[in-house]
Amino acid sequence: MQNENNIPKKNPLSLQMDLSKFQLATEEEKAQQDVMSESTTFFKDGMRKLMKNPLAVGSIIVLVLVILLATFGPMVVPYGYDEMISIDGRRDKRAKNLAPFTWSETEQKYIDEGGELFPHILGTDELCRDYFVRVLYGTRVSLLVGLFASLIVLVIGLLYGSISGYVGGKADLIMMRIVDIIYSLPDMLMVILLSVVLKETLGPAIKGTVFDKIGTNMLSLFLVFGFLYWVSMARLVRGQILSVKENEYILAARAIGTKPGRIIRKHILPNCISVIIISTALQIPSAIFTESFLSFLGLGVQAPMPSLGSLANAAREGLQSYPYKLVFPAVMICLIVLAFNLLGDGLRDAFDPKLRR
Amino acid sequence: MAEEKKEYLLEVKDLHTSFTTDSGEVQAVNGVSFNLREGEVLGIVGESGSGKSVTAYSIMQILAENGRVTSGQVLYRGEDITKYSKKQMASFRGKKCSIIFQDPMTSLNPVFTVGNQLMEAILLHTDKNRAQAKERAVEMLKLVGVNEPERRIKQYPHELSGGMRQRVMIAMALACEPDILIADEPTTALDVTIQAQILELMQELQKTLGMAIIMVTHDLGVIADMCDKIIVMYGGSVCERGTADDIFYSPRHEYTKGLLRSIPNVNNSKERLVPISGTPINLLNMPKGCAFCSRCDQAMKICLEEKPEELALSDTHKASCWMNIKQMAEEQAGGAKA
Amino acid sequence: MAKYVVKRVLLAFVTVFIICAITFFAMNAIPGGPFNTEKALSPDVKAVLMERYNLDKPVGTQFVLYLQNLIHGDFGVSLKTGREISTIISDAASISARLGGMAAVIAIICGIVLGSFAALMRNKLPDRLIIFFSTLGAAVPSFVLATLLLLVFCIQLKWFPVWSSRDPSYVLPVIALSLYPMAYITRLTKTSMLDALSQDYVRTARAKGVPQWKVIFKHGLRNALIPVITYVGPMVAYILTGSLVVENIFTIGGLGTQMVDGITNRDYPLIMATTIFLAILMVAMNLISDLIYKLVDPRITFK
Repeated sequence: MQNENNIPKKNPLSLQMDLSKFQLATEEEKAQQDVMSESTTFFKDGMRKLMKNPLAVGSIIVLVLVILLATFGPMVVPYGYDEMISIDGRRDKRAKNLAPFTWSETEQKYIDEGGELFPHILGTDELCRDYFVRVLYGTRVSLLVGLFASLIVLVIGLLYGSISGYVGGKADLIMMRIVDIIYSLPDMLMVILLSVVLKETLGPAIKGTVFDKIGTNMLSLFLVFGFLYWVSMARLVRGQILSVKENEYILAARAIGTKPGRIIRKHILPNCISVIIISTALQIPSAIFTESFLSFLGLGVQAPMPSLGSLANAAREGLQSYPYKLVFPAVMICLIVLAFNLLGDGLRDAFDPKLRR
Repeated sequence: MAEEKKEYLLEVKDLHTSFTTDSGEVQAVNGVSFNLREGEVLGIVGESGSGKSVTAYSIMQILAENGRVTSGQVLYRGEDITKYSKKQMASFRGKKCSIIFQDPMTSLNPVFTVGNQLMEAILLHTDKNRAQAKERAVEMLKLVGVNEPERRIKQYPHELSGGMRQRVMIAMALACEPDILIADEPTTALDVTIQAQILELMQELQKTLGMAIIMVTHDLGVIADMCDKIIVMYGGSVCERGTADDIFYSPRHEYTKGLLRSIPNVNNSKERLVPISGTPINLLNMPKGCAFCSRCDQAMKICLEEKPEELALSDTHKASCWMNIKQMAEEQAGGAKA
Repeated sequence: MAKYVVKRVLLAFVTVFIICAITFFAMNAIPGGPFNTEKALSPDVKAVLMERYNLDKPVGTQFVLYLQNLIHGDFGVSLKTGREISTIISDAASISARLGGMAAVIAIICGIVLGSFAALMRNKLPDRLIIFFSTLGAAVPSFVLATLLLLVFCIQLKWFPVWSSRDPSYVLPVIALSLYPMAYITRLTKTSMLDALSQDYVRTARAKGVPQWKVIFKHGLRNALIPVITYVGPMVAYILTGSLVVENIFTIGGLGTQMVDGITNRDYPLIMATTIFLAILMVAMNLISDLIYKLVDPRITFK
């Protein structure tokens, strides 16, 4: 390097090097060579992946639209879900089973006379109720049922699973035996059975209370979910906790005297949260399915309150004449379930650490 | 030259392999060339991501689905096997050339017995019937030092220990007496005591069976007294090649020097180990100059601009480093002056 | 192995007992006995009936008696029709078994074939089509599908006759019943197949020179089927409960229809009997699928 001057400009081996290039490179020059990939957090990286997944994004859009429609739709439409069409305070008995966007004779007359009416976007049902509003209410009810049921499952499963997994030992053994037995019960049959029984027994017990408004069927549905469906969530949480518990940082936290509750909240749950969220997201469509199934058996929500399942079931009468009455609630169920399923899949692909490569 | 070529058992010429991923094309191997004579032991050394395993998989054509050999040749006894049909390739693998993998825990199929998996290769590549194949399987297990081979062939992989499973893998690879055995980090996943046993076994088998071995490893210690030739890889290309003596006693590439500084040695236990600073290069963004330049203490301006040519330092020793070219230029200049 | 089987069978018995108990006591909790419904009976007649059906004894004794009868295959009589429930069930079960069996077999075969095909054609058009339709199939409730199938193919197009016991047409009900499990198995097979094919032992097999098709069907599929086997139990449960509505819609006189009739008519002995019968079936299928699973996967140790 010092003998730079001694070297001829062109060396004899005709390597033809510009010798200034043989100077040591500076640190900055070297650093420029390092093209590092952008560093991201777990959450950011997952969100980026999720937003790149067109199906998941589509599902989110669909769900937001459906939720907005179910929330604000009934405010815009001036009919009630249990309200028979009436003109000037008189019941319009002719507004029965109207096709979408049509008027009954009485209504037509009213409009011809200069009155203004909100169109029956999906027509009316056999009791002269606006079908669009009923479908919107049905959507609302089904979504709420799905959401609440999943919430119940989440809370019970999370508590039970984390206690069982964290405490371990004999308590865990006994708690898991109970889970095993409940798990081996045929859930759907038990749901039907309990719904039948609760429907008969709950009625008098809750008369006059807030619960009466929700209806015995709905209440028994939630109770049944609370009794039966939490077990797989509890198993999942327990398994997650057991695997996380093995890690050294839990030992470290315990060694400095952190209380168990805090260890569960601060150290264990954040590490299994993604799996739990995904499983909850997938629980919602299955709850909606169960509700519509029970509605079909006449064990769902109480009439006149509609749910998508009971609407679809009611539409089976007169199916040949008014097939669209089945199609609307059925499409709504499929749309919601599909969107939740795809969103759940998308979340799993984006956030499940086990699937990362 | 042409005559010399023929005696090569395996010849890899300017091999390029890349993987298509979500973030782009990853060039895992960039122009690797080497050759292997019959009965020779070749070591390929490099850190994780240097492309050594991918080179091995490229030879066997068992790359993952998103990977492919983009250019270059692999000649087996003068025949280009990259042009082989699927069927030809299937009869090459396991019969002419076998491979054992890093992790014996996952490399055996959990739902079939050890015997079933051993016999599968034998039945595929030889005319033996089931009874003969079973006999051969037992014989092979005995050869690799598995006790009670008759009982073992009825067992499932999960019933064996890690070292045992790696022995089974070796038995499986050698069952059809291949000319070449590729060992892809065969001892990395094993306990230290078992590592030594397995290496010893491989050396013994090499002596008795006389196959050529390509030993892929990141552990210089493993290959020191085993290999006839050593290739040092970095960033998907060969940076230095030579005999064990060449590499260990007169390394001529900064990366090799760094590697040697980072291994513990009984003789100089008081010296501090010197790690190679920095992180391995990002294969998505290959620098246009020398792959190692950003981590090299001696990096020169030219290192950032141009890839160094491979320069022969002796009959056996070659390195791709601008330092050598510069030094040679200086010597030449000195000589010319004098 | 034997110890494990005994343990699992015992657990199954415990489960069945618990189901019987839940069913019995739940039904007893419903206010009002079966005889103080519609027609008012004279106290004498009522007393005779109560005695005949052991309704005058304490609940605990009734339960024991009920269990005793159950073991002898006596489920009691239907309140609505007065027929022996065991006859009703044995009549209905054969139809349901045929329907459910066909649906299960079709779901398993088609699901595995489609799933493996999708895995091999990964990211190509067939894969995308199969996954699209199976995702869609998993989002349609069985009663909606059954109703639409009935409307379109039976009533509008008249391709299939309406169900009658003399001329049973199983095609549509089987489709309605098998679509969901088929979609599920398809997706399950695809993921587990892809998972299996990316395993190290598949690479080992390829390195041994095993031909491609054998790598897929011997080393890949065998491992990929393990999760599918675990789904067989839940699938049977799904098909049995699914047949409640599907049978009803197609007016097939199977077990499902009997149970739904029981629910609508408040025919408690019938509801109890069908619940217990179906529950025993499900528990038995779960047991079988569990045992097969242990047999197929040698890694599972028998504790």
